[in-house]
Amino acid sequence: MTDEPLLRVSALSKFYGSRIGCENVTFDLWPGEVLAVVGESGSGKTTLLNCLSTRLLPSSGTASYRMRDGQWRELYRMSEAERRFLMRTDWGFVHQNPADGLRMTVSAGANVGERLMAVGDRHYGKIRATAVDWLSRVEIDEDRIDDEPRAFSGGMRQRLQIARNLVTGPRLVFMDEPTGGLDVSVQARLLDLLRGLVTDLGLAAIVVTHDLAVARLLSQRMMVMKDGRVVESGLTDRVLDDPRAPYTQLLVSSILQV
Amino acid sequence: MATPLVVSDVAKSFTMHLRDGVTLPVVTGVSFSIRAGECAVLGGPSGAGKSSILKMLYGNYAVDEGQIIVQHGGGLIDLASASPRTVLSVRRHTIGYVSQFLRTVPRVSALDVVAEPLVERGEDRESARTRARALLAQLNLPEKLWALPPATFSGGEQQRVNIARGFITEHPILLLDEPTASLDAKNRDVVVELIAAKKAAGVALLGIFHDLDVREAVADRVIDVTAFAAGKIAA
Repeated sequence: MTDEPLLRVSALSKFYGSRIGCENVTFDLWPGEVLAVVGESGSGKTTLLNCLSTRLLPSSGTASYRMRDGQWRELYRMSEAERRFLMRTDWGFVHQNPADGLRMTVSAGANVGERLMAVGDRHYGKIRATAVDWLSRVEIDEDRIDDEPRAFSGGMRQRLQIARNLVTGPRLVFMDEPTGGLDVSVQARLLDLLRGLVTDLGLAAIVVTHDLAVARLLSQRMMVMKDGRVVESGLTDRVLDDPRAPYTQLLVSSILQV
Repeated sequence: MATPLVVSDVAKSFTMHLRDGVTLPVVTGVSFSIRAGECAVLGGPSGAGKSSILKMLYGNYAVDEGQIIVQHGGGLIDLASASPRTVLSVRRHTIGYVSQFLRTVPRVSALDVVAEPLVERGEDRESARTRARALLAQLNLPEKLWALPPATFSGGEQQRVNIARGFITEHPILLLDEPTASLDAKNRDVVVELIAAKKAAGVALLGIFHDLDVREAVADRVIDVTAFAAGKIAA
């Protein structure tokens, strides 16, 4: 771990007219760190994620990112082209619905290869070999490489989306409910996979989820949001085992025991 | 003798916001220190706050008042006010913890559960697994279980996985929350041997042991937690 953060977020707010999307969010994220953002629907966690990944522009506040050359850049002052380049190379975005992050009518191999071509890879054999390698890392059989994701199950599509995002060796990955809508057995497999990849690659990640068990398994740090504001933050196991804010206590006490 | 852990005037209470903000005081004025090579035991009846003290020392519970000074990375830090990042670093390098129950992760084998703390400290996966095998064998966990995820193991088997995971590293401070509660006599003796080896290696240990034989065998001193009772004056 280095002593410098990767991302610095300061007083970030997003208003939709007079409605609050998220308000006054401040935090630092270090390389290799997974931050979970939890809260119920409408708490502002997806708005925050979209602002951080520059898919949305905030109403006020700043976010700076440390580029590979060590330079700090203000995300909201970069040009559209620079932001798109960052998104294609140094960042990943895993959507809840794989159809939003995949191209459904091109093959699985092309879905992975496309991101490689975006960073300048041109050698077909190399691209295909890397694609095969990544498909096997996310446990998709090599003989499915020429199939379109339309023909995949939900869990496989999600694993393909993860491969597509990680193939360029990003340093920061945004995930929006990565296990939402999957069966529990499929979820367990995906979580285990994500956990392994995040540790092996030393990724930093911001994971939005309403599932506290997912947050516990994947993240070291956690922010709890309600009505657009961060009501509690800290070490994940501290927040879950000794919740202090009334809303966090409500969330934790509402978990069903199996 | 070095003193890697000093606790002074620590207080803890729980505020239950869902119960009209009732405050449950747990402990107050907790003060003690642990020297290297010594095993201190927290004594007192159930509900006296023994586990809560251990959890505060591991950063798992927040601390209301007081300081927890830990020798970490060549300096001293106050765990009670440390940032999450510092607490994580303390856990990785300085304070180990054997919890009462194993929190299992789906699909991860017992062997890798045990090896993980070493891998996190940057050790090569294969040598970490070798150490894990040796410890699991010492704790008499049948070899056919090593490749299986511990979720379906019996209580005693899970506890042995948990103990192996806690003892595999060379953390200078080790916290033990009833590590022998569901073990048979033979395996209790193994744990007593493991603790003796840690003491000989200069590790500072703090534990909770309800089992009197084990406590007799390992404790250099008992810290009476009832002295830190926060009183039953409800807010």
